[in-house]
Amino acid sequence: MPLDRNDVEHIATLARIGLTQEELERFQEQLSHILEQFQILNEVDTTGVSATGHAAGIGEEVEGSGVMREDVSGDSATPEDVLSNAPRREGEFFRVKAVLEE
Amino acid sequence: MNVEELPGLTLDQAHQRLAAREISSVELTQACLERIGQVEDRVKSFITVTRDIALEQARRADQRIASGDCQPLTGVPVQIKDIISTKGVPTTCGSRMLENYRPVYNATAAEKLFQQGAVMLGKGNMDEFAMGSSTENSAFFPTHNPWDLSRVPGGSSGGAAASVAASETIYALGSDTGGSVRQPASLCGVVGLKPTYGLVSRYGLVAFASSLDQIGVLAKDVTDCALVLSAITGHDPRDATSLVQEPKDYRLAPSENPSSSPLGKRGLQGGIRLGVPEEYFVDGMELGVRDAVNAAIQTLEGLGASVEPVSLPTTKYALACYYIIAPSECSANLSRYDGVKFGYSFQDTSNMWEAMEKTRQFGFGPEVKRRIMLGTYALSAGYYDAYYLKAQQVRTLIRQDFAKIFQQVDALVTPTSPVAAFPLGDKIEDPVQMYLIDVCTLPINIAGLPSISIPCGFSEGLPVGMQLIGPHLSEETLLRVAHAYEQATQWHEARPVL
Repeated sequence: MPLDRNDVEHIATLARIGLTQEELERFQEQLSHILEQFQILNEVDTTGVSATGHAAGIGEEVEGSGVMREDVSGDSATPEDVLSNAPRREGEFFRVKAVLEE
Repeated sequence: MNVEELPGLTLDQAHQRLAAREISSVELTQACLERIGQVEDRVKSFITVTRDIALEQARRADQRIASGDCQPLTGVPVQIKDIISTKGVPTTCGSRMLENYRPVYNATAAEKLFQQGAVMLGKGNMDEFAMGSSTENSAFFPTHNPWDLSRVPGGSSGGAAASVAASETIYALGSDTGGSVRQPASLCGVVGLKPTYGLVSRYGLVAFASSLDQIGVLAKDVTDCALVLSAITGHDPRDATSLVQEPKDYRLAPSENPSSSPLGKRGLQGGIRLGVPEEYFVDGMELGVRDAVNAAIQTLEGLGASVEPVSLPTTKYALACYYIIAPSECSANLSRYDGVKFGYSFQDTSNMWEAMEKTRQFGFGPEVKRRIMLGTYALSAGYYDAYYLKAQQVRTLIRQDFAKIFQQVDALVTPTSPVAAFPLGDKIEDPVQMYLIDVCTLPINIAGLPSISIPCGFSEGLPVGMQLIGPHLSEETLLRVAHAYEQATQWHEARPVL
């Protein structure tokens, strides 16, 4: 199931990645080729098979995995630490572009 | 011993000499920095060399040793992959996006090294955000394989593997999401250990694919891997997926009681059942790799292991399964790079969406964009069931396949990589060819298993690695088998001439 140009533009919008015309063309070809390789999974009968979202299996298989803990507060980073890598800041805030346009 | 020979020491050898006060940490550290100065313009394994920090840590380690406290890692230099957070020291993940990023905390694994008095030489080069198998996806420069500078070191922890092979460092920390510790270890002729998922805390390991990522060790021999693993394991409340396990000592037991230690035993007496899964000897596998691994299997048999052919029929689905799950998780994890809180930020617009899109356009390289796009597609409305859900169901079947085989055998033996080191530039334009390089390593991450790659010979002058795979938390068994093999062979002692 090859992707067309609109598909790739749609994915780029969802992913918020700007792409040049050249990149759009290259990704259209490469992603289509990769998706073709995925068709092999259609051979597998997965009727009634549960999904694994976690490598070790939560609370099963591996002893000590998927544990719960008490919800208690602990040490955290200071505002100065949190802001220390900010591209733009204003006082104790991250400065961003206007979200709502007039 | 000449000072120039110090960087070639193993961790255990360096520790013995430090403990006996034959050398100081400052001498050892200076020798490594000297070696870096001699070969780094050819190998390019470091993104950052932290010379001043290293010398300061070495001075403090010497004081500590003088006071009688010399733990296995105290005073010994290490390179840390540039995806493991180090407080105040640039942690770039090999990306323009994080070129100027300085973490405000240490990753737990790094913190544990520093608490033992380790000396950080610098941060290791890598494929951008650990996505790649050749280190050519580093936004800064590729690393060169010390065995042949025109070839790749493997990836994504290519800097770590090359720095150990080139004796720039004593050992290194890497990370492994689909083979990123074991495959470069194999291509550079060093030992690479990927522990059970959750055994080593991922706190401070910059996230790529959270259900697959695991910190691992690259070292000159199996004993060194055991030493470092002993230092970095243990439950961490700051990583919700960290296993609740007491820290364990994986090291060689004291000599008075060698039989009680997995590494103390000679050979493989007591019996070990090894399985050889036919599916891992793939079509298109390099002949020299096949021969070296088959010879290694015979050696293991000679050491007392029973070897039998086994089958893991779901192996052929692992690649597709991985390349749906890993990019899906990556697309979610990397959504944090929006130019607001940290990292590169495109400013030359008043439009918020344009700023975000340009930030990600210029901040990420081609492979990272490709995987984000792939994952975004697999998770998007209308395709979720066909791709992501399907892959997670196949993941269950792959796990069950392994679980079943481990009722029959104690561990599996396979090649680590179907090919030895390939030329720089050879596969970089063809993503699917590059993905195939990890065909023998990524099923292990899908199932969260531990595995280790150890040098087992050469193919046309280039190192070959053998991979041992065990059930969850079988690190002791894997280290025992690997150590027995290492004792019987000299492959791990071979070093490239630079």
